[in-house]
Amino acid sequence: MPAGLYRALLTLAGAVVAIVLAIAISSVAILAAGANPGDAFAAFFNFGETTRAVVNSITTMLNRAVPLFIAGLAVAVGFRMNLFNIGVEGQYRLAAVVAAFVGSTFVAPAWVQIPVIIVVAAAVGGLYALIPAVMKVGRGVNEVISTIMLNYIAINLAAFLVRGPFVGPRPAGQLTISTPQLPESAWFPNLNFIFEMFGLPAPRGGGLWGFLVVAILLGIGLWIVLERTRFGFDIKASGLNASAALASGVNPKKMVISAMVLSGAIAGLIGLPEILGSTHAYNTNFTPGLGFLGIAVALLGRNKPAGIAIAALLFAFLDRAQGPLQFANVPPSVIVIMQGVIVLLVVIFNEITSRMALRSEERRAARRLGTDKPVEVAA
Amino acid sequence: MSSDTLAPARPAVELEGITKRFPGVVANHDIRLAIQPGTVHAICGENGAGKSTLMKILYGMQKPDEGQIRVNGTDVTFRSPSDAINVGIGMVHQHFMLADNLTVLENIVLGAEPKRAGRLDVARARKRIKELAEAHGLRVDPDRLVEDLGVGDRQRVEILKVLYRGARILILDEPTAVLVPQEVEELFDNLRELKAEGLTVIFISHKLDEVLGIADAITVIRRGTTVASLPRSEISSARQLAELMVGSELPTPETRESTVTETVALKVDGLSMESDGFRPVPKGTSIRLYADKLKAEGKRLLLDDVSFEIHKGEILGIAGVEGNGQSELIEAIMGIRQAHGGISLAGQDISAWSTLKRRESGIGYIPEDRHRQGLLLEASLWENRVLGHQTQKPARSGIWINRRAARADTQRIIREYDVRTPGADTLALALSGGNQQKLIVGREMSGEPAFLIAAHPTRGVDVGAQAAIWDHLRDARAAGLAVLLISADLDELIGLSDTLHVIYRGRLVARLDPSDVTPERLGGYMTGAITATEEM
Repeated sequence: MPAGLYRALLTLAGAVVAIVLAIAISSVAILAAGANPGDAFAAFFNFGETTRAVVNSITTMLNRAVPLFIAGLAVAVGFRMNLFNIGVEGQYRLAAVVAAFVGSTFVAPAWVQIPVIIVVAAAVGGLYALIPAVMKVGRGVNEVISTIMLNYIAINLAAFLVRGPFVGPRPAGQLTISTPQLPESAWFPNLNFIFEMFGLPAPRGGGLWGFLVVAILLGIGLWIVLERTRFGFDIKASGLNASAALASGVNPKKMVISAMVLSGAIAGLIGLPEILGSTHAYNTNFTPGLGFLGIAVALLGRNKPAGIAIAALLFAFLDRAQGPLQFANVPPSVIVIMQGVIVLLVVIFNEITSRMALRSEERRAARRLGTDKPVEVAA
Repeated sequence: MSSDTLAPARPAVELEGITKRFPGVVANHDIRLAIQPGTVHAICGENGAGKSTLMKILYGMQKPDEGQIRVNGTDVTFRSPSDAINVGIGMVHQHFMLADNLTVLENIVLGAEPKRAGRLDVARARKRIKELAEAHGLRVDPDRLVEDLGVGDRQRVEILKVLYRGARILILDEPTAVLVPQEVEELFDNLRELKAEGLTVIFISHKLDEVLGIADAITVIRRGTTVASLPRSEISSARQLAELMVGSELPTPETRESTVTETVALKVDGLSMESDGFRPVPKGTSIRLYADKLKAEGKRLLLDDVSFEIHKGEILGIAGVEGNGQSELIEAIMGIRQAHGGISLAGQDISAWSTLKRRESGIGYIPEDRHRQGLLLEASLWENRVLGHQTQKPARSGIWINRRAARADTQRIIREYDVRTPGADTLALALSGGNQQKLIVGREMSGEPAFLIAAHPTRGVDVGAQAAIWDHLRDARAAGLAVLLISADLDELIGLSDTLHVIYRGRLVARLDPSDVTPERLGGYMTGAITATEEM
């Protein structure tokens, strides 16, 4: 069996075992909460009675997966070189409010308007991530501490901006405060035609967010950058062995700054699917917590775009069951327990399987070179 | 030479035929020594001679593959340091293992606290420490915080810690490495008191003057085995000891044609490095004045006015006991650490260049620790081929890594350098040390470098790979490569070098001709037993 295939199968087996174990542990939690695990797991797969309900459920799941995927990518860029950008949370919220406001200040054709908003969001996220990067490079401030602190600043700054300088007109009777509505040219076209192609009814509400396409392209682009370019190689080398990278001429300061800014720029896009796809403004109900979930998604996906996509879909699949779980009389906090348990177990099993893979690699190499016994140095 | 020439009393520690192998190397081989109770017994040898492995065995941190340890006449086997502590052996580590934010008393009792009703019995602990301190003349205030103590006091705390646990045999690993001369004297006074109390001290060092100053008996270890065990009275001078350490038979370099040319490939001029971080030279002073000022302030320089030239086709060897500035010299040339002074490659000043630019302009680097600086262990061989060459052909095309070309070139290295591996996609960690090293040598030789730093190129490598690596270095030299060779292996240094320098405390103290160097002189320079002024 080729080594690559063996490693992939081992990883898959580890993930499956982790998920089965996670289901077992969550069952205990569900029982403790006084509900029936059978009902709970049925609820996860209960996508609805009618075709329209199923379409809606799938759309909800995919719409949830898109920002989670982008958040996972943002975190993974840093993780690949042992740089822990915990500040994704703050970066995306600040980027979202600024981009939503800038987008509402002008009207241009869609092909100008939308890219400008995307660029503004990426720039704000990247610049905000530049602060901890500069602090780390210049003064050795640990990026975990500084990004956590900057999160508080960003979250409160975003809350201030949407209530103060960036506030838009509020219709009578409306409770949420929001930035001015984006012009229609900034509304990202939805992908409902995919359902229609299969003769299915279109989902209700904003439909399937068109930003899904951007996310997929972003994932592919990031994979190419990380796996095929010199920059990606430098990131990988810095992550695997920082002192070897230094001795090989990789400038660690430059790498910290560029990886952090890239991570922040991707983080800036997390809020856009929602803003461009359905709310068309940044309001006080804007989805929080995606940055922290992104850490879990990146861990689960082993910092690789394809793995992150699967992890984002899994999290979205679990999150979607909020409603059905309530109908089944199961407290929806079970979802959070399951997500936590899965991440923990997958991290443990990843470690086990990667050690197994390394050992088998060593054995395989030794077997292939049966004659090459280590020779003793005469003392 | 053997124990029967020493005093007839039952030895406190006796080692017989201790052998310890690590994959591919033997660290200790048939070690024999007997240490008399109530003496200071020095164990000296160069770094890498096997002293630390031996001490780890004696302290239960590693198990010997063969051989017998006897303490006070009884056979013992240690599974862990606590077994060693139980028979009364204590170790004072070179790097202090103290909690800064606890008091002296708390540090001493840590892990062996006297308790009353579940709480620390401070009064009893204090009484015990006071007794110990008075009995052995180790003055420390038990209530001071360790972070407020100087190095000498900290060392006394370490010794008290060991005594508190009932040790009667103390191992001190390079105890003077961190001390200034006055503190060394104080330590020696303490050791004499311990000896007078009947304790046994094992003193590990490679500083000959100190060994001669304190030891009652001396055992010399070379290449993993005991070569001599003598009472102090039988050793007349530091030179005699140096000779024992280095060995009396030095290899003669094979007769071969010199390929040294007139063209200077690398020139290092007045390289100096502070020990506490780079600071720019104050305006208006020269590097020399600045360095002299630092020295006048009592600061040690890691590199002190190092100058040399390496010509095309020349191998310049640097001999020296490890930790005398070799690593700093390499890192300064590679641009990893900032230093004062000039470095020029083929006449071009490169001292302000980045590491990457230096590599691109033709400096190859075989690092001293291949796992730390040379390899990505969890990456494939072809990715390791790219490492350090990520901006150069064939590994790169534009912004892309050229995977196909990198793989093909890795195949070439595997072929030409006889790297035993299933393929270019194998992970680097699956290879044996020798094969990893051959891959690194092959990588650093590719792209026709103008200058190569080879730091311990055959360390931890089996005999076959060693010969192969030496051949590759010789061939490259014949093709006009300039090589800076740093090694602790004198066979290697004398066998390969055209010119030999000795580094001691950051200074190049001697320039020797490898064809007529005597072990006495080499050892004398390396250990500081001969100072430059004495002979030059």
